[in-house]
Amino acid sequence: MRVDGYGRIDRGVTVPFSFDGKRYCGHPGDTLASALIANDVKLIGRSFKYHRPRGILTAGSEEPNALVTIGQGGAQTPNMRATMQEIYTGLEARSQNAWPSLDRDLLSVNDLFQRFLSAGFYYKTFMWPRAFWERVYEPIIRRSAGLGALSGVPDLAKYDKAYGHCDVLIIGAGPAGLMAALTAARAGADVILVDENAEMGGRFLFENQVLDGAPAMDWVADVLEELVTMGNVRLMTRTTVTGVYDQGTYGAVERVSGHLDRPDIDAPFETFWRISARHGILAAGAIERPIAFPMNDRPNIMMASAVRSYLHNFGVVAGQRVAVFGNNDDAHRTAQDLVSAGVEVAAMIDSRSDISTDAADYPVYRGAQVIDTNGRKGIEQISVQTQSGVKQINVDCLAMSGGWNPNVHLSCHLGGKPIWNDMLNAFVPDPKNAAGLQVAGAAAGIFGTKGAMKSGIYRAKLVLDALGMKAPSMPLPITGDEALEATPLWEVKAKGRAWVDFANDITTKDIDLAVREGFGSVEHMKRYTTQGMAPDQGKNSNINAMAVLSDAMGQSISATGTTTFRPPFAPVGLSTLGAGGVGQGFAPHRYMTSHDQTVEMAAPMVETGLWHRPLYFPIEGETKWRESCDREVRMVREAVGICDVSSLGKIDIQGKDASQFIDFIYINRMSSLKVGRVRYGLMLREDGFVMDDGTCARLAAQQFLITTTTSAASQVMQHLEFVAQVLKPEWDVHISSVTDHWAQFAVAGPKARDLINQIVNTQINNDKIPFMGCGKIKIGSVEGRVFRISFSGEHAYEIAVPARFGASLFEQLLHHAKPMGGGAYGLEALNVLRIEKGFLTHAEINGRVTADDLGMGKIAKQDIDYIGKNAAMRPGLTRTERMQMVGLKPAGACKMLTGGAHLFEVDDDASRVNDLGHVTSVGFSPTFGTNLAIALLNNGFARIGEQVKMVDHLRKVTTICEVCDPVFYDPEGRRIRG
Amino acid sequence: MRINCPLCGERDLREFYFKGTKLACPDSEEWGADWDDYLHNRDNPAGVSQELWQHVAGCGVWLIVMRDTVSHVIGRVAVAKDEVRDAG
Repeated sequence: MRVDGYGRIDRGVTVPFSFDGKRYCGHPGDTLASALIANDVKLIGRSFKYHRPRGILTAGSEEPNALVTIGQGGAQTPNMRATMQEIYTGLEARSQNAWPSLDRDLLSVNDLFQRFLSAGFYYKTFMWPRAFWERVYEPIIRRSAGLGALSGVPDLAKYDKAYGHCDVLIIGAGPAGLMAALTAARAGADVILVDENAEMGGRFLFENQVLDGAPAMDWVADVLEELVTMGNVRLMTRTTVTGVYDQGTYGAVERVSGHLDRPDIDAPFETFWRISARHGILAAGAIERPIAFPMNDRPNIMMASAVRSYLHNFGVVAGQRVAVFGNNDDAHRTAQDLVSAGVEVAAMIDSRSDISTDAADYPVYRGAQVIDTNGRKGIEQISVQTQSGVKQINVDCLAMSGGWNPNVHLSCHLGGKPIWNDMLNAFVPDPKNAAGLQVAGAAAGIFGTKGAMKSGIYRAKLVLDALGMKAPSMPLPITGDEALEATPLWEVKAKGRAWVDFANDITTKDIDLAVREGFGSVEHMKRYTTQGMAPDQGKNSNINAMAVLSDAMGQSISATGTTTFRPPFAPVGLSTLGAGGVGQGFAPHRYMTSHDQTVEMAAPMVETGLWHRPLYFPIEGETKWRESCDREVRMVREAVGICDVSSLGKIDIQGKDASQFIDFIYINRMSSLKVGRVRYGLMLREDGFVMDDGTCARLAAQQFLITTTTSAASQVMQHLEFVAQVLKPEWDVHISSVTDHWAQFAVAGPKARDLINQIVNTQINNDKIPFMGCGKIKIGSVEGRVFRISFSGEHAYEIAVPARFGASLFEQLLHHAKPMGGGAYGLEALNVLRIEKGFLTHAEINGRVTADDLGMGKIAKQDIDYIGKNAAMRPGLTRTERMQMVGLKPAGACKMLTGGAHLFEVDDDASRVNDLGHVTSVGFSPTFGTNLAIALLNNGFARIGEQVKMVDHLRKVTTICEVCDPVFYDPEGRRIRG
Repeated sequence: MRINCPLCGERDLREFYFKGTKLACPDSEEWGADWDDYLHNRDNPAGVSQELWQHVAGCGVWLIVMRDTVSHVIGRVAVAKDEVRDAG
């Protein structure tokens, strides 16, 4: 319910929203949690394991219980914390982990079997029989586990990524963070100040503190006004720093539009920031810790500080008769504030017996503890062990406070471990290893307001010193400096289950059990019980669990130590981390210049590397791809075909030492190549295996143009730069990739030259451009290049023009080819043509073959050194029983050949031990009227003419094959020279 | 992580390609233990390691980078071409 005169939100405006289909109203500035409290909704969700009714525990990002699903369908986001989700008009929230309804959840039967669901339950129960693992256990576990569910449809929300750079990143805009920001900003440093809440102010937002005699939020407003007008400050609210990485790199999530009913159409839901800061100041405050007393998980048992937050910031209280249970002075503040607001405080239960109670406006029980609670869907009664016996008190809300844990998380992301402080009874960051952060305020264990503000100034000054900047003199507002007096109280030892980790349903008994079963190390206990592994990552439970564990182990908390803190500090959606990584952002698309016409011709496209290439060009009446492919193969063999080969890598190499360089990167000799000639070349990796093949054209004495396969283009480019810069830095060589600069078309077939001569200004002939020759051509006013090279075995050319003329050249070629019985062909036909001719692709160059394996050893030069030469001479690479490249054709009744099938002796079992090799490429050859294949076969060269058995275990095909020379078509090469 | 490219300035890790430890290429043309070490054997130190990186999404320069494998602190960054030429 609302409390008159309290809260900083605008009660004049009403915001309608719904929870589990029921309509409610709140006000602008409300979180879903505060609005539900205002509407007296206590039950928000069901617990993870026992499906117990749960309410709101906290008022911050550490919330373990009140997780809800927002939105529907493609806009559905599960596991949103009700304490962080701001309401907007039309917000639809739903509870999670309850079926059929939140009120009547069938799986709450788990709670009755809690004795059997203790730590290690799954490990012990689902061990056997083994056959049940996948079919029985997994489906059951999956159905009962988990919290919110994904919608199963693509996420409609937009996500963005952004980069920030600054001198000082300040994490947290509370008393310490604001002071640090003001100090650094006034000194002129570039400052980014981030805070995860909707407004800056930190604890000031949630308390009724006074600075300089006025409400602290007035001071906050003044500071923010000053910072906003400075050009060197970026203020970021709703932004959570999630991780600290090397060299001052920080990850942060900004919630951009999830709090708006009608966000800008282009606004992302969240933005993932990478902030690179020269220095960082951690002023992330502290989190109040619960107390593990029996039945401490009922709805409306809340953190004492959260009760104050809801009162002061939102003007709501969860109950009308509240009890407070604590071990420290801060808990009394909650009782006092409630009384001032006119709320009845039924009891202040303080575990300390040595405190003064004279001035209290509410009943105080000293040296007392809560030992039990009642009320199924909301607390109704507590049992208090007082010094004079057990007392039952009726309440509708219980506030608890076990002291405060500094938010050390981020300070441990680079391997630091926090240090136990006996005075504070808390872990504080190790100043020597705090991930490069200066830690200020409550995060450093300085809980008083004045101390926190002072430490903010001090830490900023240290940073300014390091930056070589002069720190301004900073007056401190007049305020109190309440030290936090507390006596440790982790666990109330009484009958009943006492929850440590609310989110994963872990009780003190589970921790005791872990110790009894030998999992007493903190890292073992965590994994055995799953304590701290829920979405809140143990923010509420870690220290309590360590204390309970220490007690069970009979050792100190500092001896127990903490588990490892890892990013992210708060849950980050994968879609946020992957912002920009869908669609084009996942992989860019590369289009050839013929793309539009190709698509117009209804050619199905395939992505090779990033390039879109046509598979075939169907014509009227063709219904199957094979019909088109066969026609295109025959067209090339009988007339002329045109294929866009622009995606092949093209690298221009120039310089005084270019020819020496080219000799060094290919196994065969290139320095003897004359200007205007082209040669096939094979290059090896440094370890002697084949890297790639292609052609090398000498355009001028000191200029070469080499081609690479489409898929290896960037690898080859990188390799060449490595050779030129690292291995042969003394050579004068300049390398540039010109792949995108030239559009290049294969023109192949007996009528290829006739076709080219119809479009070039000056006719070409066998003398001008002989086989493996190259030269310049002119088409109209466009200067181009022609290379007489063939990947089909036919008389063929490749014509290159500057990319901007590619589309028009493609059109011209098609136009003139048509009357000659020619046309375009795609990758399918290209593949069949090259298989018929026994040419290589990366199906054969698989990273494990040598030049010898491919039958190319004979082209290697003997006299001079080249990359991979000596490594290729290793004994294992030169023995004859290696897998070698051969051709295969069907020799028995079955004519089927399939890619990836394995080869065996005809009479052998088709089992792994008998494996002789595999099929690398397959195609149906319309030229020979049969399937043909290329294969890598053990000792293959020696087996030509013999028979092997091809077995495809996946497609259930067995074919007897004849091993042949891979060059099926025109082995003498008459046509290619034509 | 960021590397200070001597030609472009400080740039994000994702602009760079990591090849591995920088080792001197053996002189011998015959296969031997020195080549085996060069191609396959790595010390994998916990501490400062001399490495080869390429500013592949930038200027394309190959760099010799001193990197602490434990802390990821980047020490000296040199252009490989100059370094190797001066050494040879």
